[in-house]
Amino acid sequence: MKLTEEQKSILEGSKGETLAKVMESLVRYGELFGADEMVPVSSKYNHLVTSFGLKALGPVYELMDKLIEAGAPSGQKFTVDPKPLDKNVPSNFAQDVVFKLFMYSRQRDYEEQLRQLGLLSDSSFTCTCYMDEVGNKPGYGDVLSWAESSAIVYANSVLGARCNRNSGIIDLMGSVIGYVPRFGLLTDEGRKADWIVEIWTEKKPEAQLLGSAIGMKVMEDVPYVRGLDKWIGNELDDEACTYLKDFGAATASNGAVGLYHVEGLTPEAVRYGEDLIKPDAKVYVIDDAELERVYREYPVIWKNKDASPKLCFMGCPHMSLQQLKDWTDKVEAGLAKSGEKKVVVPTVFTAAPGVLEEFAKTPYAERLKATGVITSYICPLMYMNNPLSEKMPVITSSNKLRTYTSARYYTDDEILDQITKGGK
Amino acid sequence: MKAFKGRVVVPGRIAAEALVSHQGLNTLASFQKALQFGDKKATCGDQNNPDLYGKQMAGKALCLPQTIGSTTGGLVLYCACSMGRQPACMLFSNPIDSLAAAGAVLADVWLDNVRMPVVDSLGQEFLDYVEDGMNIIIQEDGVVLVGDKF
Repeated sequence: MKLTEEQKSILEGSKGETLAKVMESLVRYGELFGADEMVPVSSKYNHLVTSFGLKALGPVYELMDKLIEAGAPSGQKFTVDPKPLDKNVPSNFAQDVVFKLFMYSRQRDYEEQLRQLGLLSDSSFTCTCYMDEVGNKPGYGDVLSWAESSAIVYANSVLGARCNRNSGIIDLMGSVIGYVPRFGLLTDEGRKADWIVEIWTEKKPEAQLLGSAIGMKVMEDVPYVRGLDKWIGNELDDEACTYLKDFGAATASNGAVGLYHVEGLTPEAVRYGEDLIKPDAKVYVIDDAELERVYREYPVIWKNKDASPKLCFMGCPHMSLQQLKDWTDKVEAGLAKSGEKKVVVPTVFTAAPGVLEEFAKTPYAERLKATGVITSYICPLMYMNNPLSEKMPVITSSNKLRTYTSARYYTDDEILDQITKGGK
Repeated sequence: MKAFKGRVVVPGRIAAEALVSHQGLNTLASFQKALQFGDKKATCGDQNNPDLYGKQMAGKALCLPQTIGSTTGGLVLYCACSMGRQPACMLFSNPIDSLAAAGAVLADVWLDNVRMPVVDSLGQEFLDYVEDGMNIIIQEDGVVLVGDKF
C-alpha cells in the first residue's frame, strides 16, 4: 500500500508505540483487501458499534485504555449504538441479576471511557445516528470509519456516503488516526452492482422480509433493485427513508450487504442508473411466492413453538419519529377493533433518545402510553443476549433481531394482531 | 492427505482437529456465552448454526466459508484470542470478510504470545471435503493438509 510520509512516520513510531500499532492494524487490514492507499476520514462525526460494558469484552476495554493513556482521543466526536439496559423494559429479578452482575457489569466504566475518547453526548446512544433528531448524518461522498451494519448500509445506500463494513475497534482506530484504507465500498468499482434484483410482487413487499430475502441471496454483494420505486416512490421522503432503514438492516444482518441501489430512488442509482450494474451481474426475481417461501423457512427456535408471547420488541433498528406516530395510530385502531383497552402482550417500542424526546412533545406520546406500549432507548439485541431472555417467547417484526436471537419474526400486520388481540 | 492451497492471512504452522461450519459463522452469537460465563472450551452458543451449536471451538481447526453477523465480530474474535479461547486456526473457503479480518489482524498486532494462524481462499472444494474430526496441518506457505479422522 502506498503511504504518505506522515503515515509512514506514524507507522514507524513517530507518535509513539500505540499509534504505530493503530496504523499497523489499519494498514494490514486494508492490505488484505487490496487497499491502495489510506484516505482521510471526511465525515463530521464517527459512529461506533460497541455501546455495552459487557464483562466478556475485558480485553477490548484494556485496549481502549491504551489509546486513552497514549493521549489518542478520537479525531472526531462520535455517536454509539444503544445502551443495553433500561429499567423501563420489563425484566424479572433473575434477569436483572444476570444483566447487572454477569453481563453489563462494566457499563459505567465503559461509558466513562467513551466520554474520554470523544462521545458526542450522553444521549448519543442509538443505532440510527443518521436521523435528524440525532444529528450524525454524513453527506454524499463523505468517507466514514463507522461500524454498525444497519447504519453503514443506510449511510452508503441512502445518503451516498462511503464506508466499509468495519468491525468494532477498527471503527475507532480509523477515527483516532484520521485515515481509513481505501478498498471495497470506498471505491467506484466496489460500489457497482453484482446482482439485479427484480421486484415482481403484487403488493408492497414487507421491508424486513424483502431485505432478508435479498441479504440471504446476495450475501456481501451489492444488489441493484428494480421495481421497488413502484411501491415506495421516487423521492427519499420520510416514509421511503424509514422503509429503506428497515429493509437495509435486514439485508445487512440476514446477509452481509453494505450497499444497495434502488432504481430511481437512491442517490447513486438516480445519478448513474444502469451504469452501476456490472456486465456479468446475476439476476434474482422476487415475487410474493418467493417472499412467502423465505418467511416459511425461518426456523422457530422456541422450546415450545406454541407458547404465548411474553414480550414484543419493535425497533431494531430504532424506530423513526414517523414510525412511532404511525404505530400509535395502528395500535389504537387494533385495540378499538378487538375491544381491548391495552396491549395484551407487553410491548416495547425502541427509538433514539433524541427521537423519543421529540415524540414526547407530540400528543401521540400520551396516546401511545394509554395503549400500554412502553417506549425505550434500549438495544433489544443486548436485552435478548441474556440467557434468561433467550428462553422467553419474544416476538418482533425485526429480521435483525430474529437472526441474532431467539425472537420470533412476524410481519407488521401479524404483530399488530398479536399485541392487540392475542390468540383470539 | 489431501492438500489445499490458500492465502496466508496470519502465518503459522499448526496441527489440529477440524471443526466445520458449512454456513457463515456468526461470531458474536457463537462466542458470547463462552466468553461471558468462563467456558474455556468456547462451546458454540449459536442456535441458528446446526453444524457448530454445542460443540467446542477452542483449539479446533475451524473451517468455514466466512463470518457473518454483527460488526462486533472482529472485537469478539480479538477477545476470544486474548482470553485463550480461540480456535487453533481459522480456515476460510472464501476470501476473508472484513469482520474476521479485523479480529485476526487485531489479535496478531496487539496480543503477545497468541498465535492463531488464518488462511483464506481455500475454495469450495475444501469445505466440501473437510469433515469434523479430520486431521488438519497448516504449513507456513498457506498449504492446508487434510487427513483422516483422529
